[in-house]
Amino acid sequence: MSPSIRADQAAIAEWIRPGSSVLDLGCGDGALLDYLKDNRDIRGYGVENQPANVIACVARGVNVIQIDLEAGLSGFDNGSFDHVILSQTLQAMHNSASLLREMLRVGREGIVSFPNFGFWKNRLQVLGGHMPVSDDLPFSWHDTPNIHLCTLTDFEDLCSEIGASVKKRLVLNEGKTVDFMPNLRGNVAIYRIGAQT
Amino acid sequence: MGVVTPQIAHFEAPLSLSCGQSLANYCLAYETYGTLNTERSNAILICHALSGNHHIAGTYADDPRQIGWWDNMVGPGKPVDTNRFYVIGVNNLGGCHGSTGPSSINPSTDRPWGAAFPFVTVQDWVHAQAGLADHLGIERFAAVMGGSLGAMQAMQWSLSYPDRLAHALVIAAAPKLSTQNIGFNEVARQAIVTDPDFYGGDFYAHSVIPRRGLRLARMLGHITYLSDDAMREKFGRELLSGQHRFSLEVEFEIESYLRYQGDKFSERFDANTYLIMTKALDYFDPAAEIGGGDLSRALSHAKASFLVASFTSDWRFSPARSREIVKALLDNRLPVSYAEIDAPQGHDAFLMDHPDYQQLVAAYLNRVAEECA
Repeated sequence: MSPSIRADQAAIAEWIRPGSSVLDLGCGDGALLDYLKDNRDIRGYGVENQPANVIACVARGVNVIQIDLEAGLSGFDNGSFDHVILSQTLQAMHNSASLLREMLRVGREGIVSFPNFGFWKNRLQVLGGHMPVSDDLPFSWHDTPNIHLCTLTDFEDLCSEIGASVKKRLVLNEGKTVDFMPNLRGNVAIYRIGAQT
Repeated sequence: MGVVTPQIAHFEAPLSLSCGQSLANYCLAYETYGTLNTERSNAILICHALSGNHHIAGTYADDPRQIGWWDNMVGPGKPVDTNRFYVIGVNNLGGCHGSTGPSSINPSTDRPWGAAFPFVTVQDWVHAQAGLADHLGIERFAAVMGGSLGAMQAMQWSLSYPDRLAHALVIAAAPKLSTQNIGFNEVARQAIVTDPDFYGGDFYAHSVIPRRGLRLARMLGHITYLSDDAMREKFGRELLSGQHRFSLEVEFEIESYLRYQGDKFSERFDANTYLIMTKALDYFDPAAEIGGGDLSRALSHAKASFLVASFTSDWRFSPARSREIVKALLDNRLPVSYAEIDAPQGHDAFLMDHPDYQQLVAAYLNRVAEECA
């Protein structure tokens, strides 16, 4: 039986070429890689720093490397993966920009998903005088791993700043594609990015 | 694990060694735990570290206090589950607990080998272990595993016999010793060879053992196997008598501990074996051996899947050294998982209880067991 995965992960899986090599940064319990192994025949490794998640990956037979992403990806060679995935992890990183650069060094392509801070429900909570708390952002402001939240526009600005090109963008609301006013109506964004040539 | 019985396998075919010499015949002491399945696919070889031997788990009928050195890891329902695996422990060539070594009788002189025993390397050990596998009818191991020097043997297995193991578990390892490590080994060796009771390695004839040298070697070793924090935590600056006595007798708890460990070790370990084993450690360097200096090239010979684990406080074989191994495995696109266990005990952590560590090994070997079922 295939493992169950989140909506943004299912969307990411659609972009993974069968038989390719995948590095999943902040891979959690390895569900996405497990799914990709079963459904896309990929050769993959996860990177994770939480011991319980590392053990969970090993338990399901997913290759996992325990390192701190903040320290970079020096253990991985240039261009050694077809896809490097960063799903729902960017917002918890200190060095967001350098990690994106590292992704594009190690992979031919990066896939990044994150909760859209510009989603109207988040804006509404801020307007009401509070930091947003929702299914996508379940933590209180004082006790959250999410230190670098951004909107679609913010992310695209950062991409151009670091010389990354956006190859494709998919914005979801409750798992459904949003085309109209995505920065307002989408709760999750997924980008395919590449090094600008 | 209960009571276990060591066995001896005799080998009459000569074994050529890396040093150029060969052993005309030799024997290996080993123990087995669990049952080999009919497909002969569930065997795990456990390689021992510097001072270990074949007694991995359980106790002896005539000595119930002698518990195997990895008894917390190996047994029924334990991470290396002997209800599912057939586990083999073997005393390495050059050892002093039943396998042919410097304290064995040299058939050409009818006296103990002593200093004449040839130097052996990790490769030699692995070749000898492969002979034991043949003897036991095991074509391919489900896994070969070990910690420290034992982990180096697991690595070497993946290079010398890439088709004879499915998995290698490489715990608290290094791809080669650091200069500092070789330095520590040399101090330990000098402690032994300068002991007047060493007699150039032929102390057996004089019915003495270089006890002082062995004690010092072991005391030094113990300092490097523990972390600074672990030592402080365990012994602090506690004084046995509660006050300074302005004496060279044992005053601090740590002194008492080191002397005790040194004494215990000198009773049970052969000085020549210690010299040979530390040399084998120093010589281990697969990158230089078969990779032209490049570890990634060396590991291109491997076909196994790997679990690599290190311990955060291990400064003798630090996590950075394990990450070198992981990098080389990744460069070769080999299946590998790597865990850095947050443990305070230093290098010795690989022998200790730690929930993350034990769950990790259990989770990995559970997959291995499913593969070979």
